[in-house]
Amino acid sequence: MEEKISFFRRPAVQTILASVLCAVLGILLGYIILLTMNAEHATEGISAILTNFFKFSGNTKVLMKYMGSFLVKSMPLILCAEAILFAYKAGLFNIGAAGQYTVGIIASLYTSLALGWNWFFCVLAAVAAGALWGCIAGVFKAFFNVNEVIAGIMLNWIGLYLCNIILGGAKCMDQTKSETFDIMATNPSAVLPAFMTEFFGGNKYTTIAIPLTIIIAILILVVLNKTTFGYELKATGHNKEAAKYAGMNAKRNIVLTLVISGAISGFAASQLYLTGMEHYTISASVPGMGFSGIAVAFLGGLHPIGTIFAGLFVEYITLGGQYLNTNYYNPQVADLVIAIIIYLCGFVLFFKSFINRPGKVKVNANAEPANTSAKAEEKEV
Amino acid sequence: MEDYVIEMLHITKEFPGIIANDDITLQLKRGEIHALLGENGAGKSTLMSVLFGLYTPEKGVIKKDGKEVKISNPNDATALGIGMVHQHFMLVDIFSVLDNIILGSEPNKFGFLTKDEARKKVVDLSNKYNLKVDPDAIIEDITVGMQQRVEILKMLYRDNDILIFDEPTAVLTPQEIDELMKIMKELAAEGKSILFITHKLNEIMEVADRCSILRKGKYIGTVDVANTTKEELSSMMVGRSVKFAVDKAPANPGKEVLKVENVCVKSKIHENDSVHNVSFNVRAGEIVCIAGIDGNGQTEFVGALTGLDDISSGTIKLCDEDITKKSIRYKNTHGMSHIPEDRHKHGLVLDYSLEENMILQRYFEPAFSKGGIIKKNDMRKYSDRLAKAFDVRSGRGAKTIVRSMSGGNQQKAIVAREMDRDHELLIAVQPTRGLDVGAIEYIHEEIVKERDNGKAILLVSLELDEVMNLSDRILVMYEGEIVGEVDPKKTTLQELGLYMSGAKRDNGKEAN
Repeated sequence: MEEKISFFRRPAVQTILASVLCAVLGILLGYIILLTMNAEHATEGISAILTNFFKFSGNTKVLMKYMGSFLVKSMPLILCAEAILFAYKAGLFNIGAAGQYTVGIIASLYTSLALGWNWFFCVLAAVAAGALWGCIAGVFKAFFNVNEVIAGIMLNWIGLYLCNIILGGAKCMDQTKSETFDIMATNPSAVLPAFMTEFFGGNKYTTIAIPLTIIIAILILVVLNKTTFGYELKATGHNKEAAKYAGMNAKRNIVLTLVISGAISGFAASQLYLTGMEHYTISASVPGMGFSGIAVAFLGGLHPIGTIFAGLFVEYITLGGQYLNTNYYNPQVADLVIAIIIYLCGFVLFFKSFINRPGKVKVNANAEPANTSAKAEEKEV
Repeated sequence: MEDYVIEMLHITKEFPGIIANDDITLQLKRGEIHALLGENGAGKSTLMSVLFGLYTPEKGVIKKDGKEVKISNPNDATALGIGMVHQHFMLVDIFSVLDNIILGSEPNKFGFLTKDEARKKVVDLSNKYNLKVDPDAIIEDITVGMQQRVEILKMLYRDNDILIFDEPTAVLTPQEIDELMKIMKELAAEGKSILFITHKLNEIMEVADRCSILRKGKYIGTVDVANTTKEELSSMMVGRSVKFAVDKAPANPGKEVLKVENVCVKSKIHENDSVHNVSFNVRAGEIVCIAGIDGNGQTEFVGALTGLDDISSGTIKLCDEDITKKSIRYKNTHGMSHIPEDRHKHGLVLDYSLEENMILQRYFEPAFSKGGIIKKNDMRKYSDRLAKAFDVRSGRGAKTIVRSMSGGNQQKAIVAREMDRDHELLIAVQPTRGLDVGAIEYIHEEIVKERDNGKAILLVSLELDEVMNLSDRILVMYEGEIVGEVDPKKTTLQELGLYMSGAKRDNGKEAN
């Protein structure tokens, strides 16, 4: 967003407050659901989710190891959210991030397992695959006026089935375990370089994905706020007609935005699958990372840095679900509670941004002065 | 004891930071035409919203026939017999006149429409008040004047006896305005009470019995129209005396800057061209105006000229260079400035700050960016300079989000930006739309200054006063064609009206 940090009552502060409120509300609702299922152990359950891996806080080494795994899993989520946020700033709803992430999985695993490439080129392949997937949606949008949501959803499924076909082959998939080979064993050169392994209690999965994600978030912040390209994108997002009037090339920007957004999504996949932590198994549904990214982007107030914290929170809660005692609760309950918390996060904020959207409210007795003057003017024009 | 049908006593409505209505009293007598006069932002719309129950006032009471009433939503207002003709008609374009009139209170038996009675009532009403319309005509096929009659019939059909007209003449030709004035007088004679919102003084002088004036949310006074003058009304409205005419020396046209030849634009709605074979030129140092009633192809023509819309045939030359097929950016950077018709749709990115809007077409130029990074300091300096030169006022200076600025200042910002850019031709479309008298005066002066600096100016306006005052030549557009060219010094409003309504046209007229 703009640099308007001069007052405490600035929108930035309000957005942070709203996000925190959403998170608290989500946890509360999750608690209520636990109560209705098994009242006796609900408090214990919700505190297990919240305490999470900090229950190991007695042992620093174990704690840091868990912390490392938590960070590794958070990074792709944050990256997906950044991808969605970036497109959203240009007025595009990139629900296709899930598919771009999926083709990113194909590229990173196929190049590493089947082709035996070095990690650097595997990452590049994933980026290129995601960008291509974004480009298809972008070209359809720009030149044939096909809604990017529709194109995105279809491409998600195409990506999924391609993924099942390509990674399901004997070159990538261990047919006995029906999951892809372990890259650490098959092609160690494809594993991302380690990052502060000692600090994270010898966690072998902590890689440069962590700093790279932070760098990308900052890069997005800079591109959006400092560059002419960001200026164009945001102008297009706010007011497409005015962007056209100003002589901006809307078609080029649409394609470019979705290419970049897709590239980030593809990159996200490489940053998880090339750590060796995750293996791909044949799936009947599109990986949820891209969809959770939508909630994260909104929870993060559509701010590149806010998104980092939102991503950490959502991943933390997701991880916490594993600590729910399955003697008292059906294992699916954990997922349900987590899903409610995550999606409430996204929705409440979405709702809030709608209420606060100035000028759109037709008749609102509590309208702010700025809105009323704009409204009065609209009426009189 | 006067016989007041509606009284709004000591109404105060506050919004955070602004008092929109400050102790306003408005008393409407039975059977009178009462004008409500005020500039934009004077509080007219807020006051009417209070009357319609859209806003709840902090202080004050509303009385109907002397009894206090509570209006908390528009349905309450309708139940009290209050009806309104909005400036932008609330009609369903593809429905018939009759269907539009009964819409919202459809007569029915067991859920089936029974239109016969309704038809009879509508026909009776239109005969009684001389509001001639065909009940079976489809709205989109009839003229704006007739559509307005449908709106009036809608109120009468609902047995409203308090009728509010919100700037009803803005979209009409002079002939249609005369007709409307007659209808309003007849309605008043039948005992209906009329509240007439306007800022056109001539119309008040012609039909109103009394006039209440608001200025900046405050009640200034109520005068009997018979005992006042236009000058008195305008100084009450603005708080100072206003020049009605624009001071300008005779034009001194130079070389040809814009040459338009046989431009056609295909309509998006129907088979015919929305702009057909338009040819004319604009020379340096003159103001050429395209006049016409809204919706006669002006918007489409400007779209084709500036590149916002596609052109289907014809050529456009700017300073002898064919720019017909050039991009918007090319036109922007090669001598064309454009004050767009709709400042919110095209002219501004409302959620951007003032400074960001000031460089909307120039952000990529070396003056404002280096290596793809925007030079924020230079942007701020530039914005501050323009804001100072053109008196653009805003709450937080260059950082103000444009959405929070008043309409007049938004428009001034656009005018400043477009005039400061390098250009030979300025296309000004409705440059004073929705602005108050003070801002209009200012923008007119700036446009004349531009002309005297040797720029070519193409003005497109629906306001006849503006057309007559500002232009050096007038081209009238009717149904997508230029039907006549007149000299503002030698023509009359009536003659213009005949051209605008298609009743008169110059035969075989070509560009000179």
